[in-house]
Amino acid sequence: MFRYRDEGLAQRIIERLKGLKLDLRLMHVCGTHQDTLVKFGLGPLLQAAGIEVRAGPGCPVCVTTAREIEEAMLLARMGKVVATFGDMFRVPGENQSLADVKAEGFDVRMVYSITDCVALAEKTARDVVFFSIGFETTAPTPASVILHTPPENFSILSAHRLIPPAMEALIQMGELRIDGFINPGHVSAIIGANAYEFISTRYQIPQVIAGFEPLDLLVAVYMLAIQACKGEAKVENEYARVVKPEGNEKAKRIMESVFEPFDLGWRGFPVITGSGLRLKEEFAAYDARKRYEDELSELSTEYQEPEGCKCGEILRGLVYPEDCPLFGTVCTPQHPVGPCMVSMEGCCNILFKYGKSRIGI
Amino acid sequence: MCLGIPAKVVEINHEGRKGKADFGGVSREVDLSLVDVKVGDYVIIHAGFAIELLDEEEAKESLALWQELLERCSDTGTRD
Ligand code: SF4
Repeated sequence: MFRYRDEGLAQRIIERLKGLKLDLRLMHVCGTHQDTLVKFGLGPLLQAAGIEVRAGPGCPVCVTTAREIEEAMLLARMGKVVATFGDMFRVPGENQSLADVKAEGFDVRMVYSITDCVALAEKTARDVVFFSIGFETTAPTPASVILHTPPENFSILSAHRLIPPAMEALIQMGELRIDGFINPGHVSAIIGANAYEFISTRYQIPQVIAGFEPLDLLVAVYMLAIQACKGEAKVENEYARVVKPEGNEKAKRIMESVFEPFDLGWRGFPVITGSGLRLKEEFAAYDARKRYEDELSELSTEYQEPEGCKCGEILRGLVYPEDCPLFGTVCTPQHPVGPCMVSMEGCCNILFKYGKSRIGI
Repeated sequence: MCLGIPAKVVEINHEGRKGKADFGGVSREVDLSLVDVKVGDYVIIHAGFAIELLDEEEAKESLALWQELLERCSDTGTRD
């Protein structure tokens, strides 16, 4: 529809970056950004210009904990119809995945949208649970469904998470120097550019919201480089064709009227303050955790990560998939060991798919 | 997961909650409850929902703006 792949312009940006003679480490928190980086080979180009771009916890499927997956599996084994997005289907909990539970004969469905799941609930008398994952981009969608009174046999198992608290957690953990953030375009479409201000103010870190075309990313990197040169730390918006300073106010209102933030652990992270979304008390009837509280309370709270899998460190930007001895040998998209190899937004899956030697660089 | 695809709204019904969007020739049902749109608007579709409008003018101007950004910043020195 529009021309976002102008090679001449891309080349000029790279040349200009080289001229700045920088040594910067940037982080993005978006699986789609990772896909663009690797698919178009931007990593090596940027690295040659002194800029390393690392992936953070930008894959919602990957940061979903084993405990949450075990909850969904238990509900399916109890005879509920459990539906979720395709990416979640094969992610292992402690040992097995929802795909394994389906193979045992239980009813697990893959859907494209939560609206498909509601349609399913309307057609059956059985209890239908939507295993609802995703960041701010996705969270307004179940919220809207719940506000429109879905059938009584419908409920959601929320594993929704918020991005800005995770960015702050990464900085506070201090494991990795981060000179700037490339902020996720579609999370930002909902929450708006202003939602990130506190990070730049508190931690003096430049941020630029970026779209998903290769030029979007290169321009965002360039904008971050200019901020670094000038010693600035502010939030800029490269993706202004979609993202507004205040975001999508209607979607935010809907999301906030149904969900409330709470402290939640992420795969690879400790509990992050205010980073999860759960249904407000008034919607308890649609909350699978409330409806099936007794059954779910039997689950363990402690789960081991798959042996040898480095997804946790990958999600914190500390290592690359190729640093994992299982990558491409024991762990492949056909036989994934960890979530980063299952999800289309996982770093291991993306690297495997495009066959480049390193993620993001 | 956060993938969003641009599409053009071609039909609105159910009091503005539902509609159809054209994805480059393929029309699909979409949920419009998160946005205020009219037929002909471009939107970003994520998991069956329009999550935000795509500003066509802004989109067309992006390349020009990027060129301008490069010109404007051409005098910026290095960090030291
Ligand atoms: S290659 Fe497989 S085992 Fe290794 S970190 Fe990635 S998902 Fe985990």
